[in-house]
Amino acid sequence: MADVTFTVDGKKLTAPAGTLLIDACRKAGIEIPAFCYYPGLSLQAACRMCVVRQEKVPKLQTACTTTVAEEQVFITESAEIAQARKATIELLLGNHPLDCPVCDAGGECELQDMTFKYGAGESLYAEAKRHREEQQWSPAVFYDRPRCILCYRCIRMCGEGMDVWALGVQNRGASAVIAPNGGDTLDCEQCGMCIDVCPVGALTSGSYRYKTRPWEMNHVSTVCTHCADGCKVSLGVRQSSDGSEIVRADNRDKSGINNDFLCAKGRFGFDFVESAERLSKPLIRNTDGKLEPTTWEHALRFAAGKLKGIRDTQGGAAIGVIGSNFTTNEENYLLQKFARTVLQTNNIDHERTADYASFARALAGNPSRAAGMRETLTFPAILLIGGNPTEEHPLLAWNLRTNVRLNRARLYVANDKKIKLERQAKAVLRLPANGYAALTDYLGGSDKVIPDASFREALLAEESLLVIFGQEYRGAAIEALVKWGCTRNNVRFALLGDYANSRGASDMGLLPDLLPGYVPVSQPGAFNVEYPGMPARGGKTLPEMLQAAMSGQLDALYIVGANPFAHAAVSPAALKSTFLIAQDIFLTETAALADVVFPAASLYEKTGTATNAFGDVQLVRKAADHAGVKPDFEILVRLAGAMGVDVKSLVPFGSGVTADFGQTRGAHSGEADRHAVWLAANGLEPKLSPFDPLAVLDEIERLIPTYKLDRMNLFAGNDVPVEPGFVPVSALAGTDVVTPAHNGLFTSGTMGHYSPGLKDLQRHQTSPMLTGTAAD
Amino acid sequence: MSNETMTIFSPKLAARFDALVQKYPARRSALVPMLLYAQDEIGYLSDAVIAEVAERIGITELDVRNVATYYSMLRFKPAGKYNVQVCTNISCMLRGAYDVFERFQDELGVGHKGVTPDGLFSLEEVECIGACCWAPAIQVNYDFHDELTPESVSGILAEYRGKAKAEGTVSHA
Repeated sequence: MADVTFTVDGKKLTAPAGTLLIDACRKAGIEIPAFCYYPGLSLQAACRMCVVRQEKVPKLQTACTTTVAEEQVFITESAEIAQARKATIELLLGNHPLDCPVCDAGGECELQDMTFKYGAGESLYAEAKRHREEQQWSPAVFYDRPRCILCYRCIRMCGEGMDVWALGVQNRGASAVIAPNGGDTLDCEQCGMCIDVCPVGALTSGSYRYKTRPWEMNHVSTVCTHCADGCKVSLGVRQSSDGSEIVRADNRDKSGINNDFLCAKGRFGFDFVESAERLSKPLIRNTDGKLEPTTWEHALRFAAGKLKGIRDTQGGAAIGVIGSNFTTNEENYLLQKFARTVLQTNNIDHERTADYASFARALAGNPSRAAGMRETLTFPAILLIGGNPTEEHPLLAWNLRTNVRLNRARLYVANDKKIKLERQAKAVLRLPANGYAALTDYLGGSDKVIPDASFREALLAEESLLVIFGQEYRGAAIEALVKWGCTRNNVRFALLGDYANSRGASDMGLLPDLLPGYVPVSQPGAFNVEYPGMPARGGKTLPEMLQAAMSGQLDALYIVGANPFAHAAVSPAALKSTFLIAQDIFLTETAALADVVFPAASLYEKTGTATNAFGDVQLVRKAADHAGVKPDFEILVRLAGAMGVDVKSLVPFGSGVTADFGQTRGAHSGEADRHAVWLAANGLEPKLSPFDPLAVLDEIERLIPTYKLDRMNLFAGNDVPVEPGFVPVSALAGTDVVTPAHNGLFTSGTMGHYSPGLKDLQRHQTSPMLTGTAAD
Repeated sequence: MSNETMTIFSPKLAARFDALVQKYPARRSALVPMLLYAQDEIGYLSDAVIAEVAERIGITELDVRNVATYYSMLRFKPAGKYNVQVCTNISCMLRGAYDVFERFQDELGVGHKGVTPDGLFSLEEVECIGACCWAPAIQVNYDFHDELTPESVSGILAEYRGKAKAEGTVSHA
């Protein structure tokens, strides 16, 4: 809409006509307090905190419902307004307990801040406050009724934002309470968004309540380690006896790719980090066949000696390496470089959850066809093929719902099953089982398998289209779909993988036939010089390596952050002739079979970068620390060092500017200060340590053409898009090696087994608990 | 839901509901009248009533409860066969409504929102019933009794006891 000019507190402001006054003011740096207003949700005008004086209008107006028009004049701060707001607070405090010293929200409470600002410290009310017992609605959500100020944010967030509609308000006046749909329990997706938007301490989190005070934590924003959406999660970290522990995960700074959103896994599934089952010492299998703790030095020397011996006598082909979906790009890159140049083998792979290699090949030569996560929030028309984002990609589902609700985007769903997002869809095409290949023909104009032309006609009428698909498409099917899209203008694509850095693992070349950036092993180009000693032929895929190991044809297997033996019943005897090194957070099924186990740091305990399913690269920041564990990066470097490798040939550290700019913080020190951000962004930060992942990031940027990162943005904590497809990709290994994880809202592969929070939620979802406090 | 075998309501009321949900531009506009009619027939808003009303309108049971709990004249527990509502707002109060209310309490042996053990009577104190000119007034179900004194209480109760006997229904429950 056309811009209008109006006056606020004597300042001339300009905003599009129809903008809400509260938004226009906030953009201009004029703070208007509000409890019930929440950007993006419907208007409530319940709290009366945002009242302002509008010229020529007899009564105070609510800024959250007033739309701006030409020549309006407003006053937002005056004695009269302060008095009105003070009176509102006095009313709110009528029944609100003043238990701030023990309230979880104390220190982060909007009511506390407002009381402080408007000084409603006294009250004319002599009546006793009405107390009611607190209720536990689920393992994740607690409701303290007297603290509630009835702003309705939770109700709207649950309904409009999440499309769950599990919360309502019951009774009226002073008796009114927020009520969950199950009477006194919550039957919902347990996302915890209601806790997040609660301006006071009425809704509190089961995992965090009464554990600490907000000001006793450091807040570190990093990338969530669960699904492939790449949400930014703020971890509240506190000193503990063996390092520093994570007490809370939430979306405190809201500056990430996920904006307001965070799901149950991000919010409650951080606790695996603090699990008592964490490995904290290296283990070596002793002569009795039992794993026993040892020192890092001994474990590294032993493993390095074995690997070196096998390489020198049997050749690199006798060694296999399996990488991780959870380690950083730098670690993945270093792992494959270690495999290829030190172990001299192309037997390297990871548990693939989507066929990113075929996606890269299909997009080769078609620039600007890949879409980032942010585009799912703004694209005017979206075709969602297969999958169930509500369960497997909660942020994507949130973005699609928000885009439909706020921007009137058109969502088209093609699926062989009914999914929840159909409620937002403009049109739904029900595919026959295994009908995904036929869908490409259908889009191209064939009605042979799917006789419903109306869906296609609606799609083709769109001027631009974002096509989102997942593991249903592999190999040639991806190529055919992308080919169809590239015949049209403004069609973009996104391929959904399953884990935090699944995309990064592919991009970094954890593949037997492809090098970083999907450069074929058979035509290595620049890698010929970069990777001396690399074998010329492609290696074994993950299933082939497992097969070889179990039939005694692989002398060593090095498994980093993966659990390939989770489901296969393998007897230790079958692996007798294979020297197995496992590097993981827990003693997984795989690690339990190993000869040497290295305890690794989780993604929340290291620095680096990660790439989400959409190709958005983000900085991973170290939040917590755990005595005894090491980041995979450091373990790799030390393992190579113990094998007698010149570490400088692996990690290009110690180059560039040699002066120390007064920087005493290392790469793993956690939150970088602004000076360090600038230095890092300009490549001036001295990489003095062989354990500095950023030194490898320099090399990644140099060797992978698509990883040309906007470093200033990256180091400031923003998401930076990369696009696959500028390099030719030749024939690939079989597509059958893709094994989608199908994690739901409360499962997260092996890691999820070690999260008490997620397990509680799973139990609650199958059989809601009985709570002690009845609704009255 | 026009299938009568699925409904907990009488065929007549079910038919009325079928028409009611079609009557308004938005189906949920029919909610409050439906709750009132359902309460008249069933006696109170049971879980089954709430479930069926939600189903008929196409909203969640939570939505129905959100609305229903707002209104003090909608109840979630059974009342007596004859629900005695004593107005104690200003006109009635000034003309002795509390004496009348107390007499009802004494005679029935129950207090505000109480139900007699035989299920015949329930008693509640209510806000203005619009009979100020003839204060103090009470409403028993949909019947008015006005210009009362404590002495008229026993006569009114006897009248309804007789009515119940004539109909052959003593216990509501």
